[in-house]
Amino acid sequence: MSHDTLPRPRPVRTEKHDTRAPTPRRRHWTKRANPVAGLGAVVWLAIVIVPIYAMLSASLTSQDKALTGNPLTPPTSPTLDNYNTVLNSGFGHLLANTAIVAVAVVAIVLGLSVPLAYVAVRTRDRWSGLAFRLFLLGVAIPAQAVVVPLYLLIAKLDLYDSLLAVILPTAAFAMPVSVLVLVGTLRDVSEELYEAMALDGASPQRMLFQLAVPMAKGGISTVVIYAALQAWNGFLFPLIFTQSDEPRVLTLGLFNYVSQFGVNIPALLASVVLSGVPIFAVYLVARRALVGGLMGVGGK
Amino acid sequence: MPQGPRKRSGAATAGRPHAVWALPGVLFFAFFAVVPMGLAFYLSFTSWDGLGDPTPVGLDNWRKLIDDDRMIQSLWLTVLLTAASWVFQTVIALLLGVWAAGRQRNRAVLSAIFFVPFLLSSTAIALLFYALLDPNFGIIRENILGSSGGAFLAIVFVGGWQFIPFHTLIYQGGARQIPEVLYQAAAIDGAGRYRQFFSITLPQLRHTITTSTVLMVVGSLTYFETVLILTKGGPGTDTAILPYLMYEAGFKSYDFGYASAIASFLVLVATGLSLILVRLTGFGGMRSTREGM
Repeated sequence: MSHDTLPRPRPVRTEKHDTRAPTPRRRHWTKRANPVAGLGAVVWLAIVIVPIYAMLSASLTSQDKALTGNPLTPPTSPTLDNYNTVLNSGFGHLLANTAIVAVAVVAIVLGLSVPLAYVAVRTRDRWSGLAFRLFLLGVAIPAQAVVVPLYLLIAKLDLYDSLLAVILPTAAFAMPVSVLVLVGTLRDVSEELYEAMALDGASPQRMLFQLAVPMAKGGISTVVIYAALQAWNGFLFPLIFTQSDEPRVLTLGLFNYVSQFGVNIPALLASVVLSGVPIFAVYLVARRALVGGLMGVGGK
Repeated sequence: MPQGPRKRSGAATAGRPHAVWALPGVLFFAFFAVVPMGLAFYLSFTSWDGLGDPTPVGLDNWRKLIDDDRMIQSLWLTVLLTAASWVFQTVIALLLGVWAAGRQRNRAVLSAIFFVPFLLSSTAIALLFYALLDPNFGIIRENILGSSGGAFLAIVFVGGWQFIPFHTLIYQGGARQIPEVLYQAAAIDGAGRYRQFFSITLPQLRHTITTSTVLMVVGSLTYFETVLILTKGGPGTDTAILPYLMYEAGFKSYDFGYASAIASFLVLVATGLSLILVRLTGFGGMRSTREGM
């Protein structure tokens, strides 16, 4: 890098605790050790890891031992009984429902947001500008504020206590951010490419599928991740719009375990661990896409 | 699908999609988000038990809202929780994000670990701390959730534990986009690390801070799950934030008219907070950050 070859005078140091030797030329500001920041990072590491460790350790401990010991001491005779208890109490059904909700929400959000964002970027229609502004405002609508009227709508549509009652509102509330992300990426597709395709006589839908969608892959994967996380983590809509076992999703199932398992905290924690496994598996496989996609939200 | 009527001629309009393409998405969003917002306002002027039809009662619910001591406490708690969460999360996420923006291997590994809490749902995280803070079982064998200050701080901490990873990521992305040349110039001028942080990093991150702040403020209104699982609004009503009060009025007491009044009030509070943010940070900045996304 060219800046490494620049002659760099020794910086004047004002902090009295900073008494290191002159900075070697090749050192970069971000690579200089910062002991205070490093220490802070390690402290935060402990804050992140200790609860996770306590959870894993307790979930492997039998209930009577858990009540006498401290969750920070490693289990002396690890057991998978708690996991068996959870898996035998309908966990698979909860997982399947959640997967259905996640897939459906992602499909609806993509199916509706991609054409919408494409129109917002490509047309100079005043209606499309208006539509875009609607979604800009939509970011600020808290789901809590509309849950009562939605309850009324869901009941009138005869959807109460069905998976659709969870899927439809979850998809709607994932749309504003999705549209904003997609508009951002679609805007980066250069006008010349569209013009070149237009000269070849391509229809708008061909441009969408053969140019815009492939070029906006990054934005689309961010939207997939975002919508899937919304569906995976959703709690309020399932809590209010469903009641029976049939359409129950994972988050609500976890919530019900509190009363079901009562004081059996190790089993409760095993269910929390199990609920995190699928998304953690996705994280291990697609870490780069996941983190990179979300990082873009606040960039610039 | 036919291309719409061409009002302008030439290549500028050739191959442009018709605005009708946006209609399904707009209608869907309007039906499930915008219309319900209007409906909530309408329902706040009715009495409705969730079964029959809503009957208009004029301003009754709003009068009740103004006279309700719990509402005043709840509003205060909501604002306090939002403010405390903002301070806690912004300070830590900003520092961690700027630190993690450096490109060392150990930072990449630590950042990967830091992100893990974000992978658990709010429900799972609330349950995890419900267990870890249990006086008979947990790490600290004291009844933290039983004291009003402890319960409040627990909610702030648990919210931070969950969302700091996400905001760290946002700040990391922001910090990586600061032009290197600014730091070189500052170093030549003799600015030390802390001076560089306050004179370059912080001002350069102002749009990122705005984005993150807006997400935090909107997000802290959704601490409902954490409150419901961790404290059920207690002890007493000491952690009953507005969304929780609304939930109790509607889905516990079946007073949906009153719940709608609280919900409408919640929208007003959210809008009010946004307007304050506009004043303090400039929505223009927010908008350009959004548009440049």
